[in-house]
Amino acid sequence: MTIRLPAPLRRVDPAVATAFACIVLLLLLGSLYSREFLSPAYLLQQLKVASFLGVIATGMMVVILLGQIDLSVPWVVAVGGMMACAATAHGLWGTILAIPFGLLCGIVLGLVNGFGVAYLRIPSMIITLAVNAVAQGLMVAYTGGFSPQDSASHAMRFIATGDIVFGLPNALIVWALLGAGTVFMFTRTSFGRAIYAIGNRERAAYLSGINTQRVVMIAFAISGGLSAFAGELLAGYASKAAQAMGDAYLLPSIAAVVLGGTSILGGRGSYIGTIAGVILITLLQSILSVMQMEEFGRQVIYGFVIIGMLLLYGRERRLR
Amino acid sequence: MKDWRYRLAEQRGTLLALAIFLFMFVVYVSKHPAGFTANVVQTAANKGVLLALVAMGQTMVVLSAGIDLSAGMIFIFTNCLGSYIIAGSTPMALLGVVGVLLAGLVCGALNGLIVIYGRLQPIVTTIATGSIYYGVALWLRPQPGNSDNFNSDIADFMTGRLPGGIPVSLVALFVVVLVVWLPFRRSAIGRAVYATGSSEVAAYMSGVPIARAKFWAYTLSGLLSAIGGLYLTFITYSGDASFASGGTYTLYSIAAVVLGGVSLFGGVGSAVGAIFGALAFRTIGDLLFVFDLDPLWQPLFQGVVLLLAVCVGAARLFQIRNRLDLFA
Repeated sequence: MTIRLPAPLRRVDPAVATAFACIVLLLLLGSLYSREFLSPAYLLQQLKVASFLGVIATGMMVVILLGQIDLSVPWVVAVGGMMACAATAHGLWGTILAIPFGLLCGIVLGLVNGFGVAYLRIPSMIITLAVNAVAQGLMVAYTGGFSPQDSASHAMRFIATGDIVFGLPNALIVWALLGAGTVFMFTRTSFGRAIYAIGNRERAAYLSGINTQRVVMIAFAISGGLSAFAGELLAGYASKAAQAMGDAYLLPSIAAVVLGGTSILGGRGSYIGTIAGVILITLLQSILSVMQMEEFGRQVIYGFVIIGMLLLYGRERRLR
Repeated sequence: MKDWRYRLAEQRGTLLALAIFLFMFVVYVSKHPAGFTANVVQTAANKGVLLALVAMGQTMVVLSAGIDLSAGMIFIFTNCLGSYIIAGSTPMALLGVVGVLLAGLVCGALNGLIVIYGRLQPIVTTIATGSIYYGVALWLRPQPGNSDNFNSDIADFMTGRLPGGIPVSLVALFVVVLVVWLPFRRSAIGRAVYATGSSEVAAYMSGVPIARAKFWAYTLSGLLSAIGGLYLTFITYSGDASFASGGTYTLYSIAAVVLGGVSLFGGVGSAVGAIFGALAFRTIGDLLFVFDLDPLWQPLFQGVVLLLAVCVGAARLFQIRNRLDLFA
């Protein structure tokens, strides 16, 4: 006999619940090693670091919900950071327009991805790969292969490192606002519902009157824009952009979305799960580095944890 | 359709990749200051074979409608392992070669077992296992290097030339095709991989051994990546656990597979096509040098050519009669 849970608990996705349980478990294990892991300062610092990954994972989730994937994250992140810093070097207007300009560059690259996937029907895995290569080429040609000397604008540094209220990091506030907007989009707008519909079956979505191609294109533009925005935040955090600054974010962002219970085949998943996935990945990386685990051990444990967690709740149904 | 026309249509992707490669290589050689000499061919072959082998491995998995994002990491891991155990006297070093190949088989088999029995999606599984393989590689080689008594005789032979100027690496690639790809393609398991890639449900219903097919696809992918890693050891004499290099090889192998006419949806294409795709992709990168352009523009050039090449795939849109077929 199955136990009937109270109504609010029944609606909780087991994947999301497991992810949050794993976060708590990680913190408990960490606190056995050092009490510092439960201090508010440490937790806030982790949330601040997590918000960079959170912004990227938000865009990645939109695309994964469609059943597609965005492999252009690494260099779109770099484009966002580098272009915003480059604009900052161009006087007052450049400084003011730095953030919108970097964002715009990311959106344009995202639109190219989206156009290829939606209208040219090229598999997203390969067109985003090609756009990544083009973005890399543009940046290498622009910077001469060195890290650019332009530094980030004050606004970028303020958003990435400052705090306005109660010591809450601005980056976290930005992620929270973005998350609230995304949840609203997924649950309350026809665009958000269309994303889920397309992820389930694009044909059916098309037949029910959704302009699926436009939705797909816009979704990729969102992903590109958010990657570029994360690049600006990262540039603000380190006060300048760097070559390959986005390389470390592609696989963790996919892993975060999937660990949060979103199906990589599309159409299924909730934003709260992605939040859990992002925090989980960030905490895992942080705890392993605080324990002075060497890089190789971190990589191995990281891989085992992802597989282990997915075996807990991410399994496909058996063929029948 | 007549028999030969059917066969031609089946090999269209491979032939197209061959044509692209030949065109680029002719341009490359004709502009190269040294011209068509054994040295130029040998260098190009050694560089091209690395990607060709990893791309062949990627093909195996892509044919089964999966994807192996750990291919580049197996490549790096076996490279690092090789830099340790290909050492000492020639028999010992040969034993080391066997060890490297076994390691690749084990990595691939692990991927396969997790995908099949864990029922996880290949894309996330191989991201995670790739991280593990990279971790082990880093454990072996925190800094690039090789063992003190590294056996460079084998390495020199495998990257050298036969009498007549034929690069040994090309011969080795040919042997791999003969020994691994052709028997696989003609075996029941190979057919099963194609069937699984075309439609897993239909294959299951017809009693095709899906699990075994997938297992061999992943295992052989690991083996082929390991042969690639072995070659990297032969060429560089050392092992280097470079994360960037592993990621690049994974992504380039996917690009090469697509250029080679293998469908990412599974069930269509051949490893031979992927080889030509890989060689063509490598030649794109080299073209700029012979055109005397600033090397800084090389990544952009490579990216744009890749973008144009994948957009060629959109040509099939003109054949679509019913708008609904777009969403198939």
